Amino acid sequence: MKLGFLVDLNLCMGCKGCEIACKVENEVPLSSWRLRVKYIDIGTFPDTSRSFTPLRCNHCENAPCERICPVSALHYLDNGIVNIDSSRCIGCAGCMMACPYGAIYMDPESNTADKCTYCAHRIEGGLMPACVVACPVEANIFGDVEDETSHISRYIMEHQGDIQVRKPEKHTNPKHYYVGGGNQTLNPLAHERIEGYGLFNNITHLDTLGDPHHSILDRFLTPIFGGHNDHLKNESFVDMPNEAGHDAHEEGGHH
Amino acid sequence: MDHVSTIEATKAVVTLDVALPGIIWGWMITLNMWAKSIGTGVILVGAFLLYRHKKEDMPNLRWLMPLISFIALNVFLLFTLVDLHQPLRMVNIFLHPHWTSAITVGAWMASLFTGLVTLMALIGGLNHFSDFRKHCPVAKGVRKMNGVYEKVFPFVVFLAFPVTMYTAIIMAQSSARELWAAPAEIIQMLLAAFMVGSASLILISGKWSEKARRDLALILALSVMFSFLMYMSEYFFSYKAAEVEATLAYIHSGGSYNLQFWSAMVLGYIIPFFIAWGSLKVDNRIMMKFAAVTTLIGLYLAKSTWLEIPQMIPLS
Repeated sequence: MKLGFLVDLNLCMGCKGCEIACKVENEVPLSSWRLRVKYIDIGTFPDTSRSFTPLRCNHCENAPCERICPVSALHYLDNGIVNIDSSRCIGCAGCMMACPYGAIYMDPESNTADKCTYCAHRIEGGLMPACVVACPVEANIFGDVEDETSHISRYIMEHQGDIQVRKPEKHTNPKHYYVGGGNQTLNPLAHERIEGYGLFNNITHLDTLGDPHHSILDRFLTPIFGGHNDHLKNESFVDMPNEAGHDAHEEGGHH
Repeated sequence: MDHVSTIEATKAVVTLDVALPGIIWGWMITLNMWAKSIGTGVILVGAFLLYRHKKEDMPNLRWLMPLISFIALNVFLLFTLVDLHQPLRMVNIFLHPHWTSAITVGAWMASLFTGLVTLMALIGGLNHFSDFRKHCPVAKGVRKMNGVYEKVFPFVVFLAFPVTMYTAIIMAQSSARELWAAPAEIIQMLLAAFMVGSASLILISGKWSEKARRDLALILALSVMFSFLMYMSEYFFSYKAAEVEATLAYIHSGGSYNLQFWSAMVLGYIIPFFIAWGSLKVDNRIMMKFAAVTTLIGLYLAKSTWLEIPQMIPLS
């Protein structure tokens, strides 16, 4: 069994229902995302179009994050899921450096790496991932890619020639497929990220990695003396400093 | 919103997304790499000098070489630990090692290397300062192990090579950052070790023979020259890979990384090269010390630039 995911971008309408379902199901803290839907505008007014691209862990068959993890916190399950054991993670961020898809984040509450696990806990109980259940247009298709009778396998067969994975040149063999994707939606270098220019937010960079209120000394002391996360409330993230408004053009390079 | 008018008509623009992480491995990892280069470099350059010259030509090398290495390696280990988000779980690397990871292999090798260098520093230091803790039984015991120093040294030199290079493998395993390619980074790490190894030893070579000092100048000149050539090759000719080109755009297009990179090249490579090359003919101790200091500063800036720019490009 090899579980895989397919997103039909022709169906996705960018409602972000999957994002929210994922957040709720996995209690993903504010400022962190296991699954996100990116909006990309293409063309010049009035000939413009907007595409919506859900992005999550690709559960690669040849996962760089699993290879670089020094303590096997990231490991394969028998069904192909790349799972993470947060209790073993040392927080070196090697996996974040290795993942070509930027799918791993440092959980600000546990100060360990975390990511989409295809809702491994739900799969174990015979349920579908939360994002699949929440999608109103069934753009998220999940199943066993080795079973040729599964929905996902049949979908892949029906859309031969229009199936893509992100960054195939990295030889990671992703088990996450897209139908209807293009270079401009799947290649991050093919579109611009302009700071301070967004629909409902200022697209920006996080100022901190992990817990924004966690000093280096805290990293040593809290596991011994406790108190870790006592101060963490949602409000603390709302006021989290970031570089919003900072004009990244001054830095030069790509955005 | 003035910049909107500068977007190309054919260019796609992200109009709604989450905030992405910025620099993941920052100054602490730069310091980590820089200190490790010193820690292994002084051993490699010291071994070369001991092979070429008599001990009497370099009277303080036997105890200062392992001591400098010991201090640098402890800085390296400290900042490795401090950079972890769960530093107390570092023990998991030894309890649950995952051998495909260069981080694991490197941590084991670096720990062994540091242990052996500590032993050499103790033996060398206590024998040099023979009156220090004269009646302490532990110090007496260590002094009696004088012969162990020479027996351990070849293993330390052998181990210095992989300890120097394993960070390049970590960078190569960081598949998301294409700028860091294994062959180039391995050579750069070795050259960096020879650069700062010779620079550190220049600072303590005041009473050494002229021939030994000339060898130090030669090592510094050659290592900075080859390292500089590699940086220039990557800077000017890395346009084949789209991601590498996009990464180097953070230097090419001006801004703070451009300033940092060229400051690194001038301080760490161009200035030391000409001073060291000149010192091959006319020994100038003050200028060589100046070159050593600029090399140490320049390498830090170069490492910092090369570490940070690949982290600036969006991955998704």
